[in-house]
Amino acid sequence: MADQSRPKLAVWKFASCDGCQLTLLNCEDELIPLAGEVEIAYFPEATRAVIEGPYDVSLVEGSVTTDADAERIHEVRRVSRRLITIGACATSGGIQALRNFSDVAEYRSVVYAHPEYIQTLARSTPIAAHVTVDFELHGCPIDSGQLLEVLAAAVQDRRPRIPSYSVCVECKRRGAVCVAVAHGTPCLGPVTQAGCGALCPAYARGCYGCFGPQDTPNTQSLADRLHVQGMTEPNILRFFRSFNAGSEPFRHESEQHEEAAL
Amino acid sequence: MDNSSEMILRVAGLQSLIDLLRAQAWVVVGPTVRDGAIVHAPIESVDQLPRGIGDLQDGGSYRLRQRGDEALFGYSVGPQGWKSLLFPSRELLWSGQRDGADVAVEPAVVDPPRLALLGVRSCDLHAIAIHDRVLTERAVPDAAYAARRDNIFVVAVTCSDPGGTCFCVSMGTGPVPDRGFDLALTELLDPAGHRFLVVPGTARGAQVLDELRALAADEAAMPADEPDRLAARDVGAQAALRMGRALDVDGIRDLLYANTEHPQWEDVASRCLACTNCTLVCPTCFCTSVDDVGDLTGSTTERWRVWDSCFNTDFSYLHGGSVRSSVSSRYRQWATHKLASWVDQFGTSGCVGCGRCITWCPAAIDITAEVAAIRSRED
Repeated sequence: MADQSRPKLAVWKFASCDGCQLTLLNCEDELIPLAGEVEIAYFPEATRAVIEGPYDVSLVEGSVTTDADAERIHEVRRVSRRLITIGACATSGGIQALRNFSDVAEYRSVVYAHPEYIQTLARSTPIAAHVTVDFELHGCPIDSGQLLEVLAAAVQDRRPRIPSYSVCVECKRRGAVCVAVAHGTPCLGPVTQAGCGALCPAYARGCYGCFGPQDTPNTQSLADRLHVQGMTEPNILRFFRSFNAGSEPFRHESEQHEEAAL
Repeated sequence: MDNSSEMILRVAGLQSLIDLLRAQAWVVVGPTVRDGAIVHAPIESVDQLPRGIGDLQDGGSYRLRQRGDEALFGYSVGPQGWKSLLFPSRELLWSGQRDGADVAVEPAVVDPPRLALLGVRSCDLHAIAIHDRVLTERAVPDAAYAARRDNIFVVAVTCSDPGGTCFCVSMGTGPVPDRGFDLALTELLDPAGHRFLVVPGTARGAQVLDELRALAADEAAMPADEPDRLAARDVGAQAALRMGRALDVDGIRDLLYANTEHPQWEDVASRCLACTNCTLVCPTCFCTSVDDVGDLTGSTTERWRVWDSCFNTDFSYLHGGSVRSSVSSRYRQWATHKLASWVDQFGTSGCVGCGRCITWCPAAIDITAEVAAIRSRED
């Protein structure tokens, strides 16, 4: 199998649920062609076989939440020509970044019988807070079509075609009725980056913000509007604190509602 | 057209019209309720129309309501114009195959469906006319649009109950259809019964009415008389008095050109979500970008044209960055193009007063209010 001409692909896991790696495995029909274009050299979730680095493309899933991982990510960077982070954990700290707003020592003492065994950092941080990242692919989980586009772009040495506009663009293109306007359903779509194909609004649910902030997110205006429509301050705070709570625009907006939410 | 070709249809007669159009191989697309809104979908029966359903519209808000009557067209415009049928949100332009050094390019095949559009409002007729100008009357016509456009039959309807965000009267585009239709209906709900005055707008429309006359039962389709015509005229006249919004268009082109640095642009930017909803629901916005979609092996590619928006950062991306990085510059670009430079470019306003950009803005931004604010405090 070892074909010198094919770029070597590695898939790394940090603090995460593995869902984004599964998105790669779930590519199914595309996996065989993918294996023809890249050499899957390191992917413990899929195979125990390991081909040594350095690697041409590294996909990194997960956030940094331990001292050991804070060191390991530098080693990953050293052996990777191109480092691409995948998913909300790797790009914004993930749902585990909720700890960033709380006292981890207190959680540890309450949750675990032997808190002294738990080695964890006070904050969950994205990979880009530690090393240089060549491209960030957003989503919780990422979209398989976007992942294949990013891999194709890496193989073909071009810029990936991943839009940074809002979910509303995809919602309108597919002809879904706006749940915010027609139902009064709170929806993060206007401030969230596209990529999911407006999955939730198409099923009459508001957007949960899985793909993180769009490139020009006016979170304050959306929060003002939610307030006018009757959402309480604690709920506005929580609305911005989910999978991408650690992303700068969502973090900043949620903190604007802390005082009133107390 | 002389008056003699006008007809009165009962609801059963409207069904006969739908049946006749379908028998002539038209796919009838009309209003129906889906997901809490009135949208366009293929229909076969008058029972699929939004009987007794109206709407309440305001900035950033749309709700259906029970009218308490049997009206089939008693609503204002819904979220979709007819744009998505004639100018689809995603359209394949060509595909390519690479075999070694050989590249074969295959243009997309345009096979337009025969669509009979039922219930087109006057504002949307004007919007289609604007698209005709923009897409087919310039140096390089859009062949796919033209092919679709040549394959539609238009059944317009007089707007009887304008929405809270409507301002077609200000724009001179409604509420009574004045052009661009094969047939125009006016729904009448008075003591003389639930019926429709039908007026032909083309020879093709008149011919359909002739065939309908021969086909439909006597009590379902009959000649129109003078009281019917007066009642229909009154529907339009009453609707014109009930516009939810107004836009003062006096000197609007020069007003906007003279106020490019007005502080209102920053004010609106503080509220604007840059989400693109206004542009994507606008029946005249026509901006697109192209997506080149290749496969992993680099052997096949497809070029898709997709709806884009001047509110997207990358829409104005040139070498080195976006021309309009601030949201204030994007809103100014949109409003000024729509209401001012459109006139220079295409000879009409780009706005038909349908109010969709107001209703479907999640931040409730109202273009009529923004222009009024600029007018009240000129630089």
